[in-house]
Amino acid sequence: MPKLNQDSLQKIDFTLNGVAETGTAEPRMLLSDFLRNVMGVTGCHVGCEHGVCGACTVQIDGKAQRSCLTLAVQVAGRKVDTVESLAGRENPLTDLQQAFKTHHGLQCGYCTPGILMSTSEFLDRNPNPTEEEVRDMLSGHLCRCTGYAGIVNAIMATIEERQGKAAAE
Amino acid sequence: MKPRKFDLVRAESTAEALAALSESGGNAKIFAGGQSLMAMMNLRLADPDVMVDISQVTELSYLKEVGDKLEIGAAATQVELLSWPGLAEKLPLLHQAIPHLGHFQTRNRGTICGSLAHSDPSSELPLCLATLEGEVVLRSVRGERVLSAADFQLGMMTTAREDDELIVAARYPFKKPGEGFAFTEVAQRRGDFAITAVAAVASGDVTRLGVGGVADKPTAKNWTNLSDDNLDEELNAFAWELGGSDDIHATAKYRRELVRRLGRRVIEEAKACRS
Amino acid sequence: MNEVYKPEKFVGKPIERVEDEALLRGVARYADDYPARLDTRHAAILRSPHAHAEIVSIDVSEALAQPGVVCVITGDDLLEYVDPFLNIVKAPMKLWPLAVERVRYVGEAVVLVVAMDRYIAEDAVDLIQVEYKLLKPAVKPEFAASEEAPVIHTECDSNVLSDREFTYGDPDKAFEECDQKVEIEIDFPRSSITPMENFVVMADYHPAENVYDVLSNFQGPFTVHPVMCRALRVKNTGLRLRTPANTGGGFGIKVAIFPYIVLMAIASRIAGKPVKWVEDRLEHLSSATAAPNRIVKIEAAAMKDGKVTAFRLDQLDDYGAFLRAPMPGPLYRMHGVTTGSYEIPNLYVRNRLVMTNKSPSGMVRGFGGPQMYFGIERVMHRVAIELGLDPLDVIEKNLISANAFPYHAAAGGVFDSGNYQAVVALAKKEGKLKELMERRDKARAEGKLYGIGYTAVTEPTHSNMGYITTILTKEERAKRSPTMGTNSNATVSVDPFGGVSCSTEVPPMGQGHATLMAQIVAEQLGLQPTEISCNMELDTQKDKWSIAAGNYSARFTSGPAVAVQMAAKMMRQKLAEIAAPNLNIPVEEVEFGNNLIFARDNPDNFLKFYRVAGTAHWSPASLPDGMAGGLSESAVWTPRELTAPDEQDRINTSLVYGFNFDFCGVEIDRDTGEVKIDHYVTAHDAGTILNPLIAHGQILGSYSHGVSEALYEEFVYGDDGSFKSGTFADYLVPSATEVPEPMVLHVETPSPLTPLGAKGLADGNCMSTPVCIANAVSDALDNIKDIQLPLFPSRVSELIHGDEPPPPERLSQAAEETPAKTSSGKSSAITGTGQSMVPADPQTVWDTLLDPIKLAVVIPGCHGLDEVAENDYRAEITLGAGPVRGKFLAHVKLSDLNEPKSVTLAGGLDGPLGSSQGEGRVRLEAVEGGTQVSYEYSVEISGKVAAVGSRLIEGGARVVVNQFFSRLIKQIETPGSVTAGEAGTPSLFQRILQWLGIN
Repeated sequence: MPKLNQDSLQKIDFTLNGVAETGTAEPRMLLSDFLRNVMGVTGCHVGCEHGVCGACTVQIDGKAQRSCLTLAVQVAGRKVDTVESLAGRENPLTDLQQAFKTHHGLQCGYCTPGILMSTSEFLDRNPNPTEEEVRDMLSGHLCRCTGYAGIVNAIMATIEERQGKAAAE
Repeated sequence: MKPRKFDLVRAESTAEALAALSESGGNAKIFAGGQSLMAMMNLRLADPDVMVDISQVTELSYLKEVGDKLEIGAAATQVELLSWPGLAEKLPLLHQAIPHLGHFQTRNRGTICGSLAHSDPSSELPLCLATLEGEVVLRSVRGERVLSAADFQLGMMTTAREDDELIVAARYPFKKPGEGFAFTEVAQRRGDFAITAVAAVASGDVTRLGVGGVADKPTAKNWTNLSDDNLDEELNAFAWELGGSDDIHATAKYRRELVRRLGRRVIEEAKACRS
Repeated sequence: MNEVYKPEKFVGKPIERVEDEALLRGVARYADDYPARLDTRHAAILRSPHAHAEIVSIDVSEALAQPGVVCVITGDDLLEYVDPFLNIVKAPMKLWPLAVERVRYVGEAVVLVVAMDRYIAEDAVDLIQVEYKLLKPAVKPEFAASEEAPVIHTECDSNVLSDREFTYGDPDKAFEECDQKVEIEIDFPRSSITPMENFVVMADYHPAENVYDVLSNFQGPFTVHPVMCRALRVKNTGLRLRTPANTGGGFGIKVAIFPYIVLMAIASRIAGKPVKWVEDRLEHLSSATAAPNRIVKIEAAAMKDGKVTAFRLDQLDDYGAFLRAPMPGPLYRMHGVTTGSYEIPNLYVRNRLVMTNKSPSGMVRGFGGPQMYFGIERVMHRVAIELGLDPLDVIEKNLISANAFPYHAAAGGVFDSGNYQAVVALAKKEGKLKELMERRDKARAEGKLYGIGYTAVTEPTHSNMGYITTILTKEERAKRSPTMGTNSNATVSVDPFGGVSCSTEVPPMGQGHATLMAQIVAEQLGLQPTEISCNMELDTQKDKWSIAAGNYSARFTSGPAVAVQMAAKMMRQKLAEIAAPNLNIPVEEVEFGNNLIFARDNPDNFLKFYRVAGTAHWSPASLPDGMAGGLSESAVWTPRELTAPDEQDRINTSLVYGFNFDFCGVEIDRDTGEVKIDHYVTAHDAGTILNPLIAHGQILGSYSHGVSEALYEEFVYGDDGSFKSGTFADYLVPSATEVPEPMVLHVETPSPLTPLGAKGLADGNCMSTPVCIANAVSDALDNIKDIQLPLFPSRVSELIHGDEPPPPERLSQAAEETPAKTSSGKSSAITGTGQSMVPADPQTVWDTLLDPIKLAVVIPGCHGLDEVAENDYRAEITLGAGPVRGKFLAHVKLSDLNEPKSVTLAGGLDGPLGSSQGEGRVRLEAVEGGTQVSYEYSVEISGKVAAVGSRLIEGGARVVVNQFFSRLIKQIETPGSVTAGEAGTPSLFQRILQWLGIN
């Protein structure tokens, strides 16, 4: 059984946005700090560090989770996806990202990466949710700029468009 | 807001976790999802010397039917429970309560047993355990014991778990024929800890009401032959027995008001849906 | 190109934002994302757990000895480098970046640690020992303003730093002649908007040039830049302030970062390294800033028909512990608008600003408007109720008529334009007011609680820098050089390949300014908005900026956007002049479009845009006579309407004045008191809309802040000044499930004062929505008069239900015997009483309690108890309940000793989790089977544990009390069975006495 000494630097091999990566961290380092300050993935934003605001949400093994409530060493051997994984640096925006643009689902954009990571998993799991279910999923995120309407409208439009496409096929 | 230093045990088996607890001399904390504990660590409210991570202990990550109960392993997450196929039919109270519990994102990681261990008086899972008269299985290197909810839940974030014990599982009794259930709560925002949560079970002439968020721990009470005529009086008495405290968002009086009013609501609903 | 060319219009179109691409990919750069030099060190701050105390001593030795710690800085260490920050009223208070001699609010910065990383810095913060001597706090504004209150700044005569009265028209006469005097009192709560991104400062001192180089997500106004420079003892060139390309929300809050800019600048100088500080959420909530809470007494003089002829307002604005620039803005930037949207010629205003032991107030979206309109619009509602009229009729009766513009409001606001009646008519029609009233009738017929509220709000935008001098008397103003107006700067440049860039002086906070700039420039130059490069970073050492620069008072559309348009037009003119000879046409016939510059009447006669641009760079000698080479045009926009206060104290506080009219229907759950917004309509006139998509988003955001203020958000302070809203679980920011989408409507009456015709619109709903909801709730509850925000379900339930049924007889008796009964809530003291049976005679119990050695054993987690003087003990203990645990230094004094019957204990605990002060009385009484120990205690808890655990403190205290007694009983029954120093189980009898933290 590995007992990690508090002062030791742990080597963390994991898959970050589809690429095998390695970094090091003390046992107490938060995943959010590790992603930002060690791995340089600054699309993961830190808003409260107590699990309420949702800004730091990333997907671990495909599930949306708070990176501020996760230790970096816990992702060893796992797959971590941040907002940078969605369209990458140069591919076209995903339909969900584009819908946020079309429906003005973001202003300062600070909460947006977390919301995108939750929503993309949520829609994979539940492709045909009601607006109420979408709002319920969003309740794990705080946004101060938009009043949420643009976000909800963007997600609902994405759902509609996906269904239109599915029906056409 | 960064945690203090701690040694970290990444347990791969229950035995390893128990050994780590036993060796730590009382200041080790188990965590699986960390949805409550990690926040307290970041705030430096909690300060264990050793953290024992059981999220990788596959033998603790299960949901299984054991007799007339669902046994939930320590590493099973709330989302796993929510998507357990028998939930609506066999555990209708949990089915109604879990959507109020945290958020999509925290349920992805938070565990049932973690919530029970944290024992927040307003939390839904401890309330359901108390209301359904479920039990928890505690294990240490010294042995195993099973405690009823009433024996396990002692007070404000305080349980009967000894420092070297791990809650290896929780057991929630299934619905029995003729039972009806209802749950509701008032929280200021979706997913917040409830100001007051109420859960009712009705069966034959027995009515049971569990209340969270008023007393220091979830508390349930049984009535036999509770009639509509004396319901208000009984609920008022129960509300006053629970007491309640003021905080910055709600008064004790309001909490009692909710016991009286929402208590009636869920009792009527539970009676109506007995089947 | 044979068809007749129509210039492409972008202004006024719902163009998608140019900012979004980077934001959505996660590659946008915020302050914390900027690269730091490799030797950058990281700061953490020790903050005061007390609202008011003298600093007796600070011991940093243990922190300094911690590996990885670079330096530890106290307030005294700063004195060599800084002067106190200046304030507008020249009050002699000394505001330093770190507390000196005294702390004046919970969360005030006391010691700065600089270390290799933030984790280590926080470890070191925990090791600093500060000894405080507590002072009586002044928490509530009315008390702080009274004679009895302790004076928070001893250099000042009182806590009231300014008390001014203003009279316009003849209010006394109007009140004498009115049919009905209507009055109401308001206690507007303290809240903020808490941007999702906290403060960030990265500072680097360059000794060679004596320049402090700082990157920070500061939002302006840059009037604060000289305030920082004065403190740093440098000229403006000595503080190079850079702001990042993106910022995670501002809402006014991010001006309050400035003391930290100075602090980190000095820290960098002392450390000899770049220093970076990223504020955390706990720091932000307790210490960043808040909109001032305000006590308002407002009276309206009304005639029977609902016409209001005068207002009297008495406003007491709570600025917290320090008057920090640009305060007291909220009290004065609305001054010219104090009669709201109404034709009310007579006005009396008394404005007082008071210091209290709370975190300093500052800029928050709405900036005084939410507070002021809550009073005005509540009193207008009351006028209707008391006269038996319809509230909307009273509003309409008093609205400024469309032909009265420009309207000169009593206190000096010159409302440029508008058609308020058209806005109200649109809202009624499109918002389906008639159906809403039917809906209310139906709901009420079904026994539901349903109400409708209305509000009309004139929204001042683009502040006059001179408004703040209204706080000075005309004699005081005469002694200083006048302040009035604003400048706005913008630059448009074209590079040798035709690439176009635009910059202005507004740090972006998410409002899409780059998009608006791109629309304006693209339209002038015949390009697409996506082709305009807008770098939104600002660098005070290299960019053009004015003292009025910054992101505030919704000034962008009527300020910097105008400067952008001016610069773009200058660029267009220059390019046209270059192109005209080559096209062989007069300059006036040159047209721009499709990346071409051409003859308007003959589009086939064209030049490529980049070719013309290239000429100015590659071939400057060929330019027309007298034309400068290169292509960079800068414009400054200076509206002349913004003058200084006049002799009668009239002040045109803002350049342009928008308007919105809202109504809403709310349903209240009779059982739970929960308020549900069923229907919300907000109709605006903000002049010309530059981008409907962005305008809509601004209104939705502003509305959501209004909903928050009405129903959710409040910074709560205990009577002892302890802060109780320290996390996002305590300070309730609503989520998507709490904010329903409103209907948004527009009328566009262009402003005659700005070339674009646009006014700001981002603050209106912060002002209108809280009171609109409050009016609706009042309507639902039989027109109840006193509405206290936020309308928590608990408060609303109280309004609905009043007294509760008493406990059954048996319980009221039993209550006397419960082990520990406590109550706290907003009052900060936890008080409790209880009894416990101990199976020993009183003398034995007494001996155990009074013997330090025995007591040390009984107190769990006690690492040794020293008697430092007779009956005066010090102990180090570890306390906790549940997972919470912390080390504390405890001191307890015993008094009123009456052996073996009773003793009074007083004392406190101090540790990283917070502090407590308490007193308790313990009585021992011999009864059958042993001793009945009765106790009562009162404890005040402050610091972190109060800020983040208020919901759980009382229960935690009970846990501790009960555990102490079980331990005491165990020890007395079986001496030796309890192990000294055992941690984990809480303790003590101190608890009894004090309270402990817990939490």
